[in-house]
Amino acid sequence: MTTETVVRPRPATEDGPPPEQRPGTGLPALGFLAPFLVLYLAFIIGPTIYGLVMSFFDTSLVKPGLSGFAGFGNYTEALQSSDFWSSLWHTVWFTVLTTPPLIVLAFVFALLADRAKRGRWFFRLAFFAPYILPSAVVALIWIFIYTPGLGLIETGLLKIGLTSPNWLGDPNWAMPSLALTTIWWTLGFNFVLYLAGLQEIPRDLYEASAMDGASPWQQIRKITIPMLARTTTLVAVLQVIASLKVFDQMYIMTAGGPNFATRSILQYVYDEGFTNFRVGYAAAVSMLFFLVVLMVSAVWFAIVRRQEKGV
Amino acid sequence: MTDLAQRAETRVKLFNRICFGVLIAFALLWLVPLAWALDTALKPNAETTRTTWAISDPTLDAFSRVLRDTDLLTWFGSSLFISTLTAAGTVLVASLAAYALSRMRFRYRTAVFWVVLAGIMIPGQVLIVPWFREFDALGLLNTWWAVSLPQIPTAIAVFIFKQFFDGLPRELEEVARMDGAGYLRIYRKIIMPLARPAVAAVAIFTFVTSWNDLLWPLLVLSNPDIMTVPVGLATVQGAFGIRYADTMASAILGAIPLVAVFLLFQRHIVEGIAGSGLKG
Repeated sequence: MTTETVVRPRPATEDGPPPEQRPGTGLPALGFLAPFLVLYLAFIIGPTIYGLVMSFFDTSLVKPGLSGFAGFGNYTEALQSSDFWSSLWHTVWFTVLTTPPLIVLAFVFALLADRAKRGRWFFRLAFFAPYILPSAVVALIWIFIYTPGLGLIETGLLKIGLTSPNWLGDPNWAMPSLALTTIWWTLGFNFVLYLAGLQEIPRDLYEASAMDGASPWQQIRKITIPMLARTTTLVAVLQVIASLKVFDQMYIMTAGGPNFATRSILQYVYDEGFTNFRVGYAAAVSMLFFLVVLMVSAVWFAIVRRQEKGV
Repeated sequence: MTDLAQRAETRVKLFNRICFGVLIAFALLWLVPLAWALDTALKPNAETTRTTWAISDPTLDAFSRVLRDTDLLTWFGSSLFISTLTAAGTVLVASLAAYALSRMRFRYRTAVFWVVLAGIMIPGQVLIVPWFREFDALGLLNTWWAVSLPQIPTAIAVFIFKQFFDGLPRELEEVARMDGAGYLRIYRKIIMPLARPAVAAVAIFTFVTSWNDLLWPLLVLSNPDIMTVPVGLATVQGAFGIRYADTMASAILGAIPLVAVFLLFQRHIVEGIAGSGLKG
């Protein structure tokens, strides 16, 4: 924005507000926008461009400046690196393990809570309270629950005659264990979104169908699920993006191990940039990750478009 | 009423009762980890290796040990300052910008709106590398500013405020304008008081997100004197070894401020999420 922010005189009837502003300069608008825009340029837009530029250089954390131009070198290196692909795969695997249960369970719990006449506050407390806890708190509690020899899950399973793997220590079980923790931790968010969606379904739809002799199960299938299609799309895309951004649980609970079996893509960026000091390369990996997130958003956009046309 | 309808009604009642039972069971299951943490924290350390809910001699010693031996209280102060600054800053700059976008006409308004909207697509996590260099160059590493500043310009907050302002009636503003009130006065005296629900939602959500953030604060805060609670806990988590009561006490102490925020503002938080679907 420059000094050119001038008010254009407009007829009062055109879209939106009548001409509330007195004729003159657009300076007030600039004044109101400036604090946000300055910070936004300095900390969002600027760094995005800087990161993009850096990804084409062999920039080092411990040397000033961008260092030598690398062209697409960082990108080709990442795409040929087995560490890059395995950390991307771990991230996708984590997303696959967490997203379906976090959608289905949240939906089922919300559906059940919506039918309950009493005790809503209790369900909200039970399911939502974990969501507001810091990841470090969640991690500390669950490391203890998974501790071999004395963990709550192992002891519980032993009582019904089952043996447990070393939850966090076994490369095959570490990721499902982290997924279970995450489901417990973040389910409340989706639960609340579904509860809100359920409250928007007109009650007379249910009453009318009950008159026609529809069973509760039929109502759920024919009314609730289709009416919640939009909520489900929103929940799904927010969940996929949140799961792709996973870092905290792995960093604290397994440190990416055992044997890098749970290193996520963000931890790969962290390791390359801040342990190996290769920030140019780390910036390139960040950009590739950004691309994945953008593609998910684009798919969501396409689905929402179609849903809106269908209505 | 026919026999058939009556039978259907009993069936619905039975169905509802089963639903309720299943839900109660899951809700209790969901509370087990927190209850277990509390149970363990109340045991003497020596007793924690026996996996049982029973406590022979409940004690608060673990809590006092954690408060004495770690910098937890310092981290509380640090987190409180950073999260308050971030929440207040976000509400202020986002509402100001949203007011301009909602009520004023100026050139490039649509362009500005789209540039802001595009920011929703950019996750902060992909910016950690450039941020680090930026704050290094500014000489602000290991300061509260480094943690707080990048979190303040939140595009989604502008969007939420704009939507809220767009839905407010304009009559009051017109009356105020005829009385000669300027934009800033209208924003302060009319718009913001009316927008309290949006302010609450944005403030609380920003506060919680900022309080819980780990990746970026972990990178910029290496000095224990200004660490946030998550960074501090993540750093000392191994230090307790097998003193499980102490570990669980530190987890519970770390959770208390947010549980308090949650209990105080439960309705605002839930409505805020439901209304906007924002997620960190």
